[in-house]
Amino acid sequence: MGMNLFKTTAAIAGLALMGTGMATAGEESALTINGDLTIPTSASAPAHLENIDMVTSGWIYRTKETQALQMDDFDNPSFVFVDVALDLWDKVDGSEGKACSSCHENGPEEFAGLTASMPRINAEGQLETTTELVNECRTERMGAEPWKYSKGKMAAMTSLIGLQSRGSVVNVAIDGAAAPYWEKGKELYYTRVGQLDMSCSNCHEDNYDVMIRADHLSQGQINGFPTYRLKNAKMNTTHARFKGCMKNIRAKPFGQGSDEFKALELYVASRGNGLTVETPSVRN
Amino acid sequence: MASGVKPRVKVPKKAAAGEAITIKTLISHKMESGQRKDKEGNVIPRSIINRFTCAFNGKSVVDITMEPAISTNPYFQFDATVPEAGEFVFTWYDDDGSVYDTKKSVAIG
Repeated sequence: MGMNLFKTTAAIAGLALMGTGMATAGEESALTINGDLTIPTSASAPAHLENIDMVTSGWIYRTKETQALQMDDFDNPSFVFVDVALDLWDKVDGSEGKACSSCHENGPEEFAGLTASMPRINAEGQLETTTELVNECRTERMGAEPWKYSKGKMAAMTSLIGLQSRGSVVNVAIDGAAAPYWEKGKELYYTRVGQLDMSCSNCHEDNYDVMIRADHLSQGQINGFPTYRLKNAKMNTTHARFKGCMKNIRAKPFGQGSDEFKALELYVASRGNGLTVETPSVRN
Repeated sequence: MASGVKPRVKVPKKAAAGEAITIKTLISHKMESGQRKDKEGNVIPRSIINRFTCAFNGKSVVDITMEPAISTNPYFQFDATVPEAGEFVFTWYDDDGSVYDTKKSVAIG
């Protein structure tokens, strides 16, 4: 009798365990791209983060439909823009008669892993972004006009470069010469601005995973940038997103490519140290 | 007229005879509706893909009329039964008279 009772209880406990296990699997389905590249969507927070234990990709806060778009490169609309960038890669421009491919003979694959460590300190001790690297090539080596910081061609090209790092673990340097920029970025992150008197941290640290009216707040990680947004059907760069956030809180945005946004980019990227590059991602 | 137009198609390379396969198609196109105005207030002329067809070994699979409300980079996904080995031909018709096409072969096995 006692034995039977034990068995029944054990069976029920087993069922209950199975039930919760399945529910978790449904909510936290992993991000697998093209059925072969699995990207972890969370990681232990880097040591410098005081208020968060786990860092999470923005992908997990999106709806199933939006998530699915990123799981197949054909369904992912970003690849229309990656194709545009591939055409630009071979297009001769400027007074030197060169295209990207004239110097980078091994193709965009030369940049594998680059985006995972950007922005970084250059030889002159200055903070530089991928966008600035592209424009430096255009003005210094191609003799061409620089592209606008976040416009179509630049966003497409940085998406193509970012794609080469997809699957690499984000690891931006924040020590040494980068430290003052990082401190500045951190200060910007925690400073309340605008008519609504909000800082980045109010939403993306204190209230992530909470609905802000109809939108599900993420941690504001930039491991998937440039990202295709369904709301405007184009690639969105980090600085354009910062600008959008600042407008939302009724603040006057800094310029795209400004020292402020570059420092903020470094700081926000460092908050995702340990996450995996998803570029080009799909968000709403 | 329209620039940067590039068709993309995803078709399995192999199928069993009589199997229904999923076909995905996308064409990059700005799909200007003809309803918008530029900074000076002039209407931006309509420029869309107005028809999409798919044929298998010369037999029509789908034939779609497209309207101005369809958003940029139109995407179509549909299932098609493959009775024998052959070739899918996908054709897009632009307002400006351009015709874009792509062919994909399917083997039986």
